[in-house]
Amino acid sequence: MKLYDGWKIILGLIVFVGFFTLPIWLNLSSAQSKVKPQLVYPKDAMQCVENKDYMNHYHMDLLNFWRDSVVRMNVRYIVRNGTVLTHNGEKLEMSLTLACLKCHSNKEQFCDQCHNYLDVKPYCWDCHVQPKGGLK
Amino acid sequence: MGLGLSLLYFIVILGLGWIAGYLPFMKTIFGTILPYVALLLFLVGIIARIVRWGRSPVPFRITTTCGQEKSLPWIRQNKLDNPSSALGAFGRMLLEVLFFRSLFRNTKAEFKDNEKLVYSVDKWLWFFSLAFHWSFLIIFLRHFRFFTEPIPSFVTFLQNIDGFFQVGLPIIYITDVLILAGLTYLFLRRIFDSKVKIISLPSDYFPLLLILGIAVTGVLMRYFFKTDLVAVKEFTVSILSFQPIGSDLLAKLSPLFIIHFTFVCTLLIYFPFSKLVHLGGIFLSPTRNLANNNRMKRHVNPWNYDVPVHTYEEYEEEFRDKMIAAGIPVEKEE
Repeated sequence: MKLYDGWKIILGLIVFVGFFTLPIWLNLSSAQSKVKPQLVYPKDAMQCVENKDYMNHYHMDLLNFWRDSVVRMNVRYIVRNGTVLTHNGEKLEMSLTLACLKCHSNKEQFCDQCHNYLDVKPYCWDCHVQPKGGLK
Repeated sequence: MGLGLSLLYFIVILGLGWIAGYLPFMKTIFGTILPYVALLLFLVGIIARIVRWGRSPVPFRITTTCGQEKSLPWIRQNKLDNPSSALGAFGRMLLEVLFFRSLFRNTKAEFKDNEKLVYSVDKWLWFFSLAFHWSFLIIFLRHFRFFTEPIPSFVTFLQNIDGFFQVGLPIIYITDVLILAGLTYLFLRRIFDSKVKIISLPSDYFPLLLILGIAVTGVLMRYFFKTDLVAVKEFTVSILSFQPIGSDLLAKLSPLFIIHFTFVCTLLIYFPFSKLVHLGGIFLSPTRNLANNNRMKRHVNPWNYDVPVHTYEEYEEEFRDKMIAAGIPVEKEE
């Protein structure tokens, strides 16, 4: 069996297979591939504004909606079934800093866990001050 | 006819993925065995195709000459469209693979007012296929964020460029829009252009439908029906580092993701057996990758018999005395 222009074809095949199986080599060569996100939930947890499943999947939609409501419509408080939600007697604002971060105060052990795992770079912190424990 | 058949295949695969999303038994098979079968068939299939192509001899240069051939010194050669050196052929291939140069010359023939045949420039096919191919590559590279942990830095770079306009949340990627536009054009072209429709086969429609299925399910998952991405990544990393996948992890994967995943595995399996191997074939197209040096170098057919030849020099050596004696002129006197 003769392969014409053999070395060029074999070189091309090595590059192709090497590139395509790159994720396998990267995963096998790194112990980090077994590390999974470890979220720390607040201990004295009151109820979140939505259920856990919804927050897991759609928190970005909620925050985006909040941003638009507050910044564009001047609607500030979280209303559920016609009444404003409260926390420790205070009215709860549609705000990352004034609502979410009250309980989920540690960015590094909460937001960053999944975001870093999936290379998500939300631009929340372009405007908001980063809470302590996650400053980079 | 071709369209109906490929639609049927497409719907069967869509249905299988959909059912697998709800039946734990099928989900286990689709999630644990299918990806390895797909990867193996894809890699072995492509290598087999390329090796088979590599074994065909290329005795004579059959380059398509799209410009002035190398000729007299005062005639300017078109070095990229009619290369005479390996470097020129390399440059030609580079333009072909990265920018689809030959497709850029695409023309269309149409009857104007139903009587005159008119040829005109047609760049749309070039534009949309280039947009589609580049988007597909970038989307594949962006998916490395689900394939490896830690994530290579080029992923972040690509995501930043791709989401440059920061429209919407999650940010809409330019490539997501372009791949859908490109595929839609390539698909509609086969349906509404009667000249293309008549030569279209199921094997032309099916890959488009399949990739369209992958792109649409992906876009749906990113922007509308969100899936548990942490579970998805744990799942793919487990596959790509040969770790076992637990049933609790499989349970977290949404049916939409299983459909997406089934389409991708189908694409990998289908790839080496279809027109899609032009991924490797483009590099082996003899009309593009050879230097046009037929008049400069001797190319011998490799299948020629080994004929014993008796050259003139040997002939003269043998009969020199007799030739001189008979008065026949010789090249060497002694």
